[in-house]
Amino acid sequence: MFNYSFRWNQAFQSLPDMLAGALVTLEVAVLSMILGIFFAILLTAFRLSGNPVLKGITTVWVEVARNTPALFQIYMAFFGLAGLGILITGWTQPNLGFAVDLRLSPYIALLGGITFNNAGYLHENFRGALKAIPETQTRSARSLGMSAPQSFVYVVMPQMLRISFLPMTNQFVWAILMTSLGAVISMNSDLFGVTNNLVKINFRTFEMFAIAAVIFYVMTKVITLSARLIAARLFRY
Amino acid sequence: MIEIQKVRKSFGPLEVLKGIDLTVAKGEVLTVIGGSGSGKSTLLTCINGLEPIDSGKILVDGVEVHAKSTNLNKLRQKIGIVFQQWNAFPHLTVLENVMLAPRKVLGRSKAEAEAEAEKQLKHVGLGEKLSVYPNRLSGGQQQRMAIARALAMGPEYMLFDEVTSALDPMLVGEVLDTLRMLASEGMTMICVTHEMKFAREVSDRVAFFHQGIMAEIAPPEELFGAPKTPELQKFLAATH
Ligand SMILES: Nc1ncnc2c1ncn2[C@@H]1O[C@H](COP(=O)(O)OP(=O)(O)OP(=O)(O)O)[C@@H](O)[C@H]1O
Ligand SMILES: [Mg+2]
Repeated sequence: MFNYSFRWNQAFQSLPDMLAGALVTLEVAVLSMILGIFFAILLTAFRLSGNPVLKGITTVWVEVARNTPALFQIYMAFFGLAGLGILITGWTQPNLGFAVDLRLSPYIALLGGITFNNAGYLHENFRGALKAIPETQTRSARSLGMSAPQSFVYVVMPQMLRISFLPMTNQFVWAILMTSLGAVISMNSDLFGVTNNLVKINFRTFEMFAIAAVIFYVMTKVITLSARLIAARLFRY
Repeated sequence: MIEIQKVRKSFGPLEVLKGIDLTVAKGEVLTVIGGSGSGKSTLLTCINGLEPIDSGKILVDGVEVHAKSTNLNKLRQKIGIVFQQWNAFPHLTVLENVMLAPRKVLGRSKAEAEAEAEKQLKHVGLGEKLSVYPNRLSGGQQQRMAIARALAMGPEYMLFDEVTSALDPMLVGEVLDTLRMLASEGMTMICVTHEMKFAREVSDRVAFFHQGIMAEIAPPEELFGAPKTPELQKFLAATH
């Protein structure tokens, strides 16, 4: 009954396209990490601010990011704004009778969804790291005349980022793998999207996805290994 | 001049400072002795405004530390403090530790801050350790680095909180020598210490704290030679 014949040559002809897709995947993952770290720091500052509204934003963001499927978060980034758009047009111009399509481009929505997820998880990494930094660090900084934000930025944050460096690389790997979820919002320029599209043309399903899997594997392995090397060189204290 | 007037301070139900009155003049070296939990550390952290007070007043050069309108970050520039626990910034080299606050708080250029940091580190005998990370320093060296870091801000007052009590006995001497040197240079200092010999030789006055009260204050010959209160007599007998 097994009548699938492997045709690797045909599949390998698609390699350049797939590698181009891998580059897009990497780009989305890198951007989502940069933005994710930025938002995670912001959420951390919100949580520490003592302001109940800001703290609430952090709580909701982190809870949703960590307790709902990443697929759902990306889907929401894509279609969520459309719902909001309908609401706004319906509210301001009740007689207009049409809704503006406010869907984001798949690229932006995917980036947004992964960033949202990253920020939630990274916030938790940061929270753990902060627990490991003694209160006396802040006290020393403050007694040297530094303001609270200065103490955080120059004394606490660098230590926090170092402690959470390896957990951050885990999240980076996870971000790369999450790009494949772009499939549900018709993202087609990333590694998974490109592969999926080509399969529809050449029908080399197994070969194509096997190659894609190997490319994913190589990318994530290279990242974890180089992260370890960087960590060993960078953190000499 | 540091003026402490009727200062009271509680942590929850525990009253730690029960009305402290104390004035420290420019150039004076005051040491504070007393049993564990008597409020010595708390007093120091109140002086630089790290801790709020419940009532009374603390004035530093006439500026009320705990007034709402006081810019604490600015005031702290003239009050250096070194704590018992070593608290080097571990991610910065010794030189960078000392340069950080002058650069970010005083807005010094990199070159200026570096020159000043180098000078202060040489002053405390760490001229060879500039580019080392703090985890490569002994406890005594870390304490001297913390002293240099505070001095680099150009403070007019220095507060020391048992800076030798977490050190190996071997390393106590080098840190005390640094304090002696500062005292002889005319720095105004409040030193909380358990080193009675040091208190005896370096202080203009010694204050004895007991359960949140400043029980006695006098020049060292008088305080150590003729302790008035039974608490101080007991304390001195226990520490001999
Ligand atoms: N942040 C705090 N919260 C609650 N209680 C505190 C706090 N800081 C100090 N205390 C308590 O206040 C009392 C006085 O503490 P303080 O550190 O001023 O004593 P000390 O004279 O410096 O003692 P030691 O010689 O042990 O350092 C102690 O009973 C201590 O447990
Ligand atoms: Mg103490």
